[in-house]
Amino acid sequence: MKALAARRHHRFAPAVLLLLALLVTGGVYAALAPSPASADTASTADIETGKKLFQANCATCHGANAEGSPGVPSLVGVGAAAVDFQVSSGRMPMQMSGPQAISKPRQMDEEQTAALAAYVSSLGAGPAIPTDAQVDPADGDIANGMALFRTNCAMCHNAVGAGGALSEGKFAPALWETTPRNIYQAMLTGPQSMPVFNDANVTPEEKQDIIAFLVDQREGSAGGNALGGLGPVSEGLWGWAVGMGVLIGAAVWIGAKSS
Amino acid sequence: MSTTASNQHREAPAKPTTPAGKAADYLDQRTSIGVLVKEFARKVFPDHWSFMLGEIALFSFVVLLISGVFLTMFFEPSMALTHYEGQHPANMHGQLMSVAFASTLEMSFEVRGGLLMRQIHHWSALIFMAAIVTHMMRIFFTGAFRKPRELNWLVGMTMLILGLAAGFSGYSLPDDVLSGNGLRITDGVIKSIPVIGSYTSYLVFGGEFPGAHIVPRLFTIHILIVPGLLLALIALHLFLMVLNKHTQYPGGGRTDDNVVGFPALPVYVAKMTGNFFIIFGVLALMGATMAINNVWNYGPFDPSPVSAGAQPDWYMLFLEGSLRLMPGQGTEWVIAGFTLPLNILVPAMVVPGLLFTFLFVYPFVEAKVRGDEREHHVLDRPRNVPTRTALGVAFLTAFIILALAGSNDLIATHFHLSINSITWVFRVLIFVGPVFAFWVTKRVCLGLQRKDRELVLHGHESGRIVRFANGEYIEVHRPLDEQERWLRVNYHAYEPLRIEPKSDARGVKRKGYGADRRWQRLSRFFFEDRVEPVTPAELAAAHAHGEHDELAPAEHPAIGAGVGAGHGTTQGH
Repeated sequence: MKALAARRHHRFAPAVLLLLALLVTGGVYAALAPSPASADTASTADIETGKKLFQANCATCHGANAEGSPGVPSLVGVGAAAVDFQVSSGRMPMQMSGPQAISKPRQMDEEQTAALAAYVSSLGAGPAIPTDAQVDPADGDIANGMALFRTNCAMCHNAVGAGGALSEGKFAPALWETTPRNIYQAMLTGPQSMPVFNDANVTPEEKQDIIAFLVDQREGSAGGNALGGLGPVSEGLWGWAVGMGVLIGAAVWIGAKSS
Repeated sequence: MSTTASNQHREAPAKPTTPAGKAADYLDQRTSIGVLVKEFARKVFPDHWSFMLGEIALFSFVVLLISGVFLTMFFEPSMALTHYEGQHPANMHGQLMSVAFASTLEMSFEVRGGLLMRQIHHWSALIFMAAIVTHMMRIFFTGAFRKPRELNWLVGMTMLILGLAAGFSGYSLPDDVLSGNGLRITDGVIKSIPVIGSYTSYLVFGGEFPGAHIVPRLFTIHILIVPGLLLALIALHLFLMVLNKHTQYPGGGRTDDNVVGFPALPVYVAKMTGNFFIIFGVLALMGATMAINNVWNYGPFDPSPVSAGAQPDWYMLFLEGSLRLMPGQGTEWVIAGFTLPLNILVPAMVVPGLLFTFLFVYPFVEAKVRGDEREHHVLDRPRNVPTRTALGVAFLTAFIILALAGSNDLIATHFHLSINSITWVFRVLIFVGPVFAFWVTKRVCLGLQRKDRELVLHGHESGRIVRFANGEYIEVHRPLDEQERWLRVNYHAYEPLRIEPKSDARGVKRKGYGADRRWQRLSRFFFEDRVEPVTPAELAAAHAHGEHDELAPAEHPAIGAGVGAGHGTTQGH
């Protein structure tokens, strides 16, 4: 300690301390930071294939090096999860410009999607594709998922995930057919108008709970045909169409019997 | 008593032999109910399917009462907090919620048949309101609210408003997020009333929203006050209907002094019973197969979440739409520290106020501008009162536009439209739509009346072309039979009011002239455009002309064709 005390006022001491502080900060960050995109599985060959696919299908809008262009986001650092979400749900490559990219039958198969994801994540670290275990609805808590969903998601996606309107023709899509993996990825990457729900905000376990709740909704309603899960407007419409339709029909029939 | 005894002595009627006969005799000897039964069994009711629309409302109310009694056995109107212990539904297990919400879940998932009863009850409520509205349309468009039935119209209107109150209070009972959102809007509307708003809100909710009192209070309103009043008013409604006698559609032999139809027993009793079973059956089927108000989708009430697609039941949708259409910017005024929220007051108070006022006063205004004191028991064909029909269609257009505006988010997602554009379109349509609907409907009615005139004067086109010896062709027209003609000529085309002059012979100004002028102006709006029914003289002239047809070309204009607009249609076929 004496030696340290003696050198405390050495003129290089601040520089040494600064260096130490930087090393510690960097070390802690490296240990705690979210793991970068599927670097372990992506081979150089994948990245090469991905690059070619990217240049053929995506570069027109996103730029030759995925740097983006006016009105089109840069893909550096979006991560494999974002690529997998957009491409596997058929939103990308985009068919036409509009208020938002529309989900359609996927244009790229599993392998191509993986190659694209590997290429994009090689450009900069970002969220990785979740594992099957992470998105398994069987392990989620439905009740907790419901509580989280109605606090964070239902204002756009409707109480049971039937979808809802946003401004200027944009919309929050219905979630009846969205795969658990895509649901997870959407929360992680916040595509289009959707905000990002990162792991500090909604933990991976909570994301799994939400998936469990949404998958449970697909069982249908205990009360019969759910009428789209859209609430009172569709109930009113069906009430008029079916209920009043049949009852007025019956009245006409009864009234016609004798006259 | 003594008269009954002497009657029995004198006539010594045969003793009834069947069990039913004995029971009836037993009852009759003690209550003389036979007199009443005889009177009612022979009472004649006119026949038409549209007279059964009110029955749909009545019988769905019966279903509401029966299923509602079942629900009260299990519902606990308490806002105390509890954790839900049930396993079903999975998304509610272990959650913190009010006892009211928990008991709704238990009723749905633990009680046998509970969910079915809840759904039957809710569907019945929707159909109850839908049937009331449809019934009112029939009354309005056929003019069944005219003397002597204005009072019954008021009774019906009051029931409509009570129906809204019943629906709203029941909808709010389960204490789920969706109904809580509705209550939150109600709270906002109450608070928007200048000066007394916040005090009234505290009074209603027993403190700051949501408080711990609103569910028990709404429960009392929903199961005691509103149904009690409704029952009393239904009794009054039916009593007045019997007292005033039922209206009948126009047709051969039907006048304001008779009733053409069938006796209540057996015809109408059979029809009514059949209709009741059909209505009960349809409602039960809907409750069994179509999910409605699955409150566990929304979860227990919490003031913070509002999900997309949060709307009230259809009969309140016009209010929701009215609120959604109102621009928010620049419509909230702060005057000397007091906020005047016109963005809420106008859509939530003024708009429904206008709509309901129109319905309440219409029969009286129309009677005044018609200027007749007669009783009316024969219904109008809607085309024969073009302005009324057009006003009714304009009203419905406004109501439908508001209801659609209340569903603007669903229209946006289902038709891939921009919600902003939809809202702007409706903002314009709510002013333009009713006027356009009025104009189109009135034109259609006048056109139909002219068509009727032409039919009466010239008969049906037979499609048979006859060639005369001189080479001329005519189409033979088949004259209308008596019934067809009666239907088309037996109405009165009212003329605008005639009023006394402004001043008398000595130049003294008459009191009340100004008011008379205003009524006359309104009357002109109603009756300026009109098509007179064919008079017997016109008919005779047309017939003479028709015979003439056989000799001369049909292109000759008809002789002495009627008044005003009738002219055009009597020429050239």
